[in-house]
Amino acid sequence: MTTTAFKEPVRQAPSGVAARAPRRPGRLRRLSLPYLLLLPALLLELLVHLVPMVIGVVMSFKELTQFYIRDWGTAPWSGLGNYQVSVDFDAPVGEALLHSFLVTVGFTLLSVGLCWLIGTAAAVFMQDTFRGRGLLRALFLVPYALPVYTAVITWVFMFQHDNGLVNHVLHDQLHLTDKPSFWLIGDNSFYALLTVSVWKGWPFAFLIVTAGLQNIPKELYEAAALDGAGTWQRIRRITLPSLRPVNQVLVLVLFLWTFNDFNTPYVLFGKSAPEAADLVSVHIYQSSFVTWNFGTGSAMSVLLLLFLLVVTGGYLLLTSRGRRAADV
Amino acid sequence: MRSIRAAAVGAVTLSLALAATACGGGSATGGGSNDSPKTLTYWASNQGASIEADKKVLRPELDKFEQRTGIKVELEVVPWSDLLNRILTATTSGQGPDVLNIGNTWSASLQATGALLPWDEKNFAAIGGRDRFAETALGSTGAQGKDPAAVPLYSMAYALYYNKKIFAEAGVSKPPATWAELVEAGKKIKAKGKSPLGAEGSNLSENIHHVFVFAKQHGADFFTADGKPDFTNPKVVDAVKSYVGLMAEDKVIPAGDAEYAQNQSVSDFAKGKQAMLLWQTASANLKSQGMSQDAYGIAPVPVISGAPGAGTQVNSPVMGINMAVFKNTDNLDGAKEFVKFMTSDEEQKILNKAYSAIPPVKSAQADPAFAAPDTAVLKNTLATSAAALPQVPSESQFETTVGTAVKELFADAAAGRPVTAGSVEAKLRKAQQQMPAA
Repeated sequence: MTTTAFKEPVRQAPSGVAARAPRRPGRLRRLSLPYLLLLPALLLELLVHLVPMVIGVVMSFKELTQFYIRDWGTAPWSGLGNYQVSVDFDAPVGEALLHSFLVTVGFTLLSVGLCWLIGTAAAVFMQDTFRGRGLLRALFLVPYALPVYTAVITWVFMFQHDNGLVNHVLHDQLHLTDKPSFWLIGDNSFYALLTVSVWKGWPFAFLIVTAGLQNIPKELYEAAALDGAGTWQRIRRITLPSLRPVNQVLVLVLFLWTFNDFNTPYVLFGKSAPEAADLVSVHIYQSSFVTWNFGTGSAMSVLLLLFLLVVTGGYLLLTSRGRRAADV
Repeated sequence: MRSIRAAAVGAVTLSLALAATACGGGSATGGGSNDSPKTLTYWASNQGASIEADKKVLRPELDKFEQRTGIKVELEVVPWSDLLNRILTATTSGQGPDVLNIGNTWSASLQATGALLPWDEKNFAAIGGRDRFAETALGSTGAQGKDPAAVPLYSMAYALYYNKKIFAEAGVSKPPATWAELVEAGKKIKAKGKSPLGAEGSNLSENIHHVFVFAKQHGADFFTADGKPDFTNPKVVDAVKSYVGLMAEDKVIPAGDAEYAQNQSVSDFAKGKQAMLLWQTASANLKSQGMSQDAYGIAPVPVISGAPGAGTQVNSPVMGINMAVFKNTDNLDGAKEFVKFMTSDEEQKILNKAYSAIPPVKSAQADPAFAAPDTAVLKNTLATSAAALPQVPSESQFETTVGTAVKELFADAAAGRPVTAGSVEAKLRKAQQQMPAA
């Protein structure tokens, strides 16, 4: 049954080609077909990604305030005015953007670092088979599988001052603080944000590193064990170098996701985030939607895009050069 | 090969379809028309306890309208958290409802976008004339000297809601009429282990409504007469400091309220944990949370001294909902017909009763239902001691920047940091610098 079904088209194919081939030179056809097949994806990409980006860039050169949003065409061009406002760090708007940018950089470094560390550690510990490994793996992935809004709203409840679980444990039970702390307002909000971000992000690192570990040949560990290498040496000399290509991509992806994260701070803090946790994505949202100044908001977005492009480009350049050197 | 050919054809077709849809759309920014006279889309704001509750109130009325005029109204009740963003998106894209509710404080800001139909004499005549509406309500429909951007639909005011049982236990014989009396009562209530007063420290709009009233009582305004921000005016600073001082110094608002933004203070009051609440038309809300009407009393919001009135005796903003028509509606006459229906005496009575609001239509106010003791306080406040929030185009930015400043001051107070004239001034200065140059 299966063999006939499989063979039939193979047998038929040559006759079909013979009947239709002369119409067009085969080479051109073979060359154009892949592009033809890529066309829908390309157009979709254009529609979904590039067109809004270009519009955003155009908007950043316009004075697009509440007086003009009804008809963008009438909004006056402001040249680099929006950019000047955004990067004038002595004036309040630029100063606030710089502050928000620095908070975001600090937050991203900490969050990515912790996500990677916890994820890698967990993956390495789970490398050997033991009872309940599957269950633990599934459990570890739960934060990653939960819908962001639901998960973060649950965290909001836990971080509440009066009835929150966090204060109940830290203050009521462990007596670590003199009085219940505020987590959603004031300076502590940074730690609340970091906690939720790491909680949400590390399972992804765990997943990727676990996959990467499957590719390390067992023989390497066996040989190392015979040579008398301890656990730490094996991790340092075999596991981490073998994971290098995986880590390169992982860190980059985590960095971009964390730096741009909007949902977590927005659900945690609402429209106006506390100063200590004023991530740049929410800051831009507030600069455009809440104050109805879409021109400045777009200019900030473009600046953010440029920054991320530079970082990503630099990172890829550095890591690929390192890899090429290693290959030689 | 045949399948590859089919795939190629499919790919090209799909590409063409995509290109076609990408070219379509585009914004309709022209004036209104009467191209589809049989349907209307209506965005209602969330006035009742839930979206579903609102649909139950509004649906029968919309059906009534359809029976009379043959116009079918598609209803969407939009939650407050989304409403302004939805209106902005509709304004930008030109794809919006025909008729919509707006918070009356947004009137001037939305008016500046030019997306809403101006209510000139002719348009007012189509719904029965401008003088059917109370003058206070009309004061919150757009910038002075311009045709209103919307017509008043429901009017509301702030009042002091107090728990009778807690007051009796604490030995407070009558609701406080001045802030000093409120602080005094607060001490007695605290001695009984209850929290005196609630606030929504992280809710920007609530913060604005209260500091606006405090500023009025201190004889100050957030904007100069010609519409420029004047947030660092010493009297304004003093006013904001006094309001946050209810938590920072007087300790009548518990520190925990600094992070409230989801009406938790209303729940605290309904559950009997908290003795007083400053809220606008809370009756329907309290009822839905299971608090019986005879468990609480309603009094005017306190003043510094004397009795509520005009000028420095103002004790509430003119709160309310306005109804607006999108200028590019394709059923202009139907939209006006619908506004006329919703502002008719009959509908005004039904809807304002359902939402425990006061009708802005004068002839509907005469209904005995609005003379009950609880609504009488609100009605009286609106008539004698309420003032309109600044009717300037940058009102919504003002709500955000100053609302955030007050939120941060509450956060300071909650963390036990002192709230001084200096720290208040610094926050307000920052807020003012973020305002667009008018």
